[in-house]
Amino acid sequence: MMRRLIVEQGDTALQYGSGQGHEGLREQITEVMALEGIHAHADDVVVTTGSQQALDLVTTIFINPGDVVVAEAPSYVGALGVFRAHEAEVVHVPMDENGLIPSVLESTLERLKAEGKRVKFLYTVPNYHNPGGVTLSLERRPQVLEICRRFGILVLEDNPYGLLGFDREPLPAMRSMDKEGVIYLGSFSKTFAPGFRVGWAVAPHGVREKLVLAAESSILCPSNASQMAISSYLAHSDWQGQIKKFREQYRERRDAMIEALEEYMPAATWNVPDGGFYVWIKLPEGLDAKSMLPRAVTARVAYVPGTAFFFDGSGSDHMRLSFCYPTPERIREGVRRLAGVVDAEMETVRIFGPRGARPTTTVQSPSPDLA
Amino acid sequence: MDVLILAGGLSHERDVSIRSGRRVKEALESRGIRVKVSDVDTSLIPTLQAMGDDTVVWPLLHGAPGEDGSLQALLELVDVPFVGTRSREARVAWVKPVAKAVFAHGSVSTPEYVTLPQSLFREAGADQVLTVLLEQFPLPLVVKPALGGSALGVSLVTEPDQLAQAMVQCFAYSDTAMIERAIFGTEVGVSVVGTGDAARVLPAVEVVCEGPYDYDARYNPGRVEYFTPARLDAVGTATIEAAALAVHRKLGLVDLSRIDMILDANGVAQVIDINIAPGMTETSLFPQSIEASDADREVLYERICEGALDRYRSR
Repeated sequence: MMRRLIVEQGDTALQYGSGQGHEGLREQITEVMALEGIHAHADDVVVTTGSQQALDLVTTIFINPGDVVVAEAPSYVGALGVFRAHEAEVVHVPMDENGLIPSVLESTLERLKAEGKRVKFLYTVPNYHNPGGVTLSLERRPQVLEICRRFGILVLEDNPYGLLGFDREPLPAMRSMDKEGVIYLGSFSKTFAPGFRVGWAVAPHGVREKLVLAAESSILCPSNASQMAISSYLAHSDWQGQIKKFREQYRERRDAMIEALEEYMPAATWNVPDGGFYVWIKLPEGLDAKSMLPRAVTARVAYVPGTAFFFDGSGSDHMRLSFCYPTPERIREGVRRLAGVVDAEMETVRIFGPRGARPTTTVQSPSPDLA
Repeated sequence: MDVLILAGGLSHERDVSIRSGRRVKEALESRGIRVKVSDVDTSLIPTLQAMGDDTVVWPLLHGAPGEDGSLQALLELVDVPFVGTRSREARVAWVKPVAKAVFAHGSVSTPEYVTLPQSLFREAGADQVLTVLLEQFPLPLVVKPALGGSALGVSLVTEPDQLAQAMVQCFAYSDTAMIERAIFGTEVGVSVVGTGDAARVLPAVEVVCEGPYDYDARYNPGRVEYFTPARLDAVGTATIEAAALAVHRKLGLVDLSRIDMILDANGVAQVIDINIAPGMTETSLFPQSIEASDADREVLYERICEGALDRYRSR
């Protein structure tokens, strides 16, 4: 595919392109988004270097030091890093099995308003949340939008996993219900290939203009070669069929992980995701996922401690397991090893009792791939 | 002469080892030496067996199995020339309380210590063990895994209620903990090159750290200030150098080592850690010491490899 691209369209693919992104690809992106009920024009789309760059640009535009971003508890570690870098304060709002809880969102915004805090936007991953694994229900979507509109804050809808549901058609995106109040972020990383680093943002007109300017200042333009490769893939391949295959593969892996957890780790609790990549696990009482990590690495198994997904470093009683990459057999073996690690840590905690004060030096551990 | 660097491994210090390997490779290549880097996996033994007669292995794995003597035992079994300490001496240096028992005599001091396995806490009751421990070892004290030389799993305990958690953190790395009296003073790493009577010290690196000198501080620039040579008077310098040489010789270390110690308020060098495969990265102490000496880093690495080859041939 790449060879043909270079031979046939090298003159364009190896050149600078438009700051807003390749026009043909932007057209195709509107077709991708139509699957989730979004009716947008190619002019509304800004192509970025992965949706991570869109996240960074939106944050650059809106956030001054001390501004507040409201986000789910827990929240995507890569977004928290961006908000932290721009000196935002992140206030978490809890989720239940139906996603973000509107009544708590409302009371949190009331409280922040009373405290005189300047809230800029709600950052949310409504579908197959990373790391929570849950989906914001259809019923709650307009409620969340209405609350945000009332408080005058934007919704930053980050949707890398929307098409990766196992058992049902995609829910309508929040952007499909509100054109003016939502900035939508999409990505080809999870549905095609992360190596091309192509994502996009769809924003209300005024914001979109700023996004293009910010993107041009930052990188001049996104990679033409990457964009044209994806454009060609969308034009000439059965990409929807490919996504279906991915979904089936991920479902099989999810099943392997859940079965292994039921067999090996009955003392822990978890949600069963119906899409996406992640299982969010609550450890047995008294265990600290961060202190336990070295033991796991020694046993040749890794996870991301829950602390990565909270702005204030809480969440040590949780961990995120990912089932997207390993085969079902490897997943089963990984969970078996992890169960041994959990048992050994429980034994240690039993001996020394519940957690006391932390010593001066905390455990340092090699960082796994957090994203 | 060709060199086969072994770097990587599946330890907590894998990334550091890979960086060390790359640095040493560049240095040796600048001397016109052909260098290959290999990881430790199932291809290792065939690679070793296929080596030419004038190839030397340089193990640069940090942590087990590169520093605990396992890898050295394998190199001895396959019978190839290699840089550094042999398997039996590596094993002794790896187990901290055993190493202390060997080197802490006469002129060499080390903080008072006790070694306690996790099973003892289970059998004798953790509360009671911790109580008698605190009676004999007043705070502050340091809890660390009994094995290995890195700062992983090490805690400084300044309050009694931190002790239990420090033990839990330590046991995440090792089944056995070593509890030491905390020593404060000038922290230095003394690099030693050579073997036996021919061993000599390089200028010591003084480490001044904002917060604890932990794993993060060691390998990520910014929190640590280094002074090379260490800001010590002639007496202090002589004291740490004598201690480093004594430890290197008593433990039978070969070619290179880094001995970490604290020169306490009484002018006594208290030896803390032994590294038989010291880090060779851009922030590591061993290369910093060479920089401050009159030696050339590339030439020194080449000499170390030549020495290993000569030693093997003249057995």
